[in-house]
Amino acid sequence: MSVTRETVAKIAKLARISMDEQELDRMVPEFNSILDWVEQLGEVDTSGVEPMTAVMPQALRLRADQVNADPLTGGGIRDRVLANAPDAEHGFFAVPKVIE
Amino acid sequence: MSNYRIQGATGEWEVVIGLEVHAQVTSNAKLFSGAATAFGAEPNSQVSLIDAAMPGMLPVPNRECIRQAVRTGMAIDAQINKWSRFDRKNYFYADLPQGYQISQLYHPLVGEGSLLIDADEKAGIPEDKVIGVERIHVEQDAGKLMHDQHPAKSYVDLNRSGVALMEIVSRPDMRSPAEAGAYVRKLRAILRYVGSCDGNMEEGSMRADVNVSVRRPGDEFGTRTETKNVNSVRFVMQTIEHEAVRQVELLEAGGTVVQETRLFDPGTGTTRSMRSKEDAHDYRYFPDPDLLPLELDDSFIDECRASLPELPDAKRKRYIGDLGLSAYNAAVLTAEVETARWFETLLAETASAQGKPEADVAKQAANWLISDLFGALNKAGHDLENSPVSAAAGAELLALVGKGTISGSISKQVLETMIATGDAPTLIVDREGLKQESDSGAIEAAVDTILANNADKVEQYRGGKEALFGFFVGQTMKAMQGKANPQVVNEVLKAKLG
Repeated sequence: MSVTRETVAKIAKLARISMDEQELDRMVPEFNSILDWVEQLGEVDTSGVEPMTAVMPQALRLRADQVNADPLTGGGIRDRVLANAPDAEHGFFAVPKVIE
Repeated sequence: MSNYRIQGATGEWEVVIGLEVHAQVTSNAKLFSGAATAFGAEPNSQVSLIDAAMPGMLPVPNRECIRQAVRTGMAIDAQINKWSRFDRKNYFYADLPQGYQISQLYHPLVGEGSLLIDADEKAGIPEDKVIGVERIHVEQDAGKLMHDQHPAKSYVDLNRSGVALMEIVSRPDMRSPAEAGAYVRKLRAILRYVGSCDGNMEEGSMRADVNVSVRRPGDEFGTRTETKNVNSVRFVMQTIEHEAVRQVELLEAGGTVVQETRLFDPGTGTTRSMRSKEDAHDYRYFPDPDLLPLELDDSFIDECRASLPELPDAKRKRYIGDLGLSAYNAAVLTAEVETARWFETLLAETASAQGKPEADVAKQAANWLISDLFGALNKAGHDLENSPVSAAAGAELLALVGKGTISGSISKQVLETMIATGDAPTLIVDREGLKQESDSGAIEAAVDTILANNADKVEQYRGGKEALFGFFVGQTMKAMQGKANPQVVNEVLKAKLG
């Protein structure tokens, strides 16, 4: 599998990463060498093998439906949530105006 | 089959509709965090570090949200997938701090199911119209953006971010706005019976993406458009009406329908294109590496099934079959879960107050609730939810009628006083002297006077004009201020006129 310059440019755009022409030139072969490397896995015949989701067999744990049971994963921490925001007003995050 | 057709310049067109309904799951905490879900809280006061997508925070699913989605699936006879998985849907927007929504694309929790919509002869919906449901999956809601608070900035409130949604995807099985409206109403009723969503469309707990296409009857499906976030049954129907006509006009003018996302404008009742960037829908889904597959064991599934209530279709059938109610009354009483609950309390209280089996008093209770109570509440500006009359008080009133203590017509007067004062019916009847006169002596005296004063009418009656019987009854009741036992009045009159 190999990608074109257009594909790389599109992926950069979807990821909101700005790239100039030189960076794109450099990125196309880098992308392709990563893809080639990973593609080696395709040489292994995995027909009939269940996809593995964890090395140790374990099940997804579920939480109880309890509000703020654990302070690390609960709400009521507006100041902490807003602390790193570049801009916040009246308890909201403030961002440059976005309108469809 | 629905006969709904758009009459174009070049002939008839059929409309094909599919709906994706987003229903907010009723839970205390969010889908992957312990933050609260209550509506209307201070901005960002119900946001955890997970919902704000702080680095290093890991999602752990809320058992109740999974349980409610499974119970919802069971209520529409859907396949429950004991193995499902969460995927990331990647896009950038200011209301989505993670940069992706955790959803379920490839392996949804709930598979194929179906839902019977209520027949409506006037609207062209037959008795057996079943709408297929392709899937129900569980996903995170996004935050809320406010654009009108500041000239240059948008404000972001993440309280809703991470709240659990069920996305309920129908098959393109609807053929008219009426069928789509009936589908949303029935789905909403089922969600509310199950208790998995409050169905409050004004607060956004339930909203629909409306897929519409048109075709010549019997042709292949046409190209569809998707109108996003329509938040009432009426607007869903308006969206379809407008969108179908727009597509027909476009096609008949030689144009083609573009598969696109549109917005509904409630002010004009029309839809318009959202003109998003061409690659906005390149979501690059992949399995969320933060979450193992969701595996449900038999005891979890068994509990979900055991905790399902009686659903509206089954209840309606039971009301008709076991309680002997009319199809109309049964439909009215089962349409909303609160009405059914109220009726069943009333029925149990009425049966015990009169010492009779429920089936014997069901008609009396149903008729009173639908004709008397609804009417009187409506007149006083109340609804059942905040009724000043409890089901127990209603049963007491019905028992007074059942035992012959008061007449049916006096009971209406007592009900109005109950609504106005909140007093018990027995108290009102005693206080206002409304007890029915069953003493035949007093009634006979009244009848004698009336027959003597209307000798001409008595002649006519005896000559064969039997319709005059009602006149004598009316005059007797009037003379006794409505308090005479109508049965005794009838007997006395028959004896004296006979």
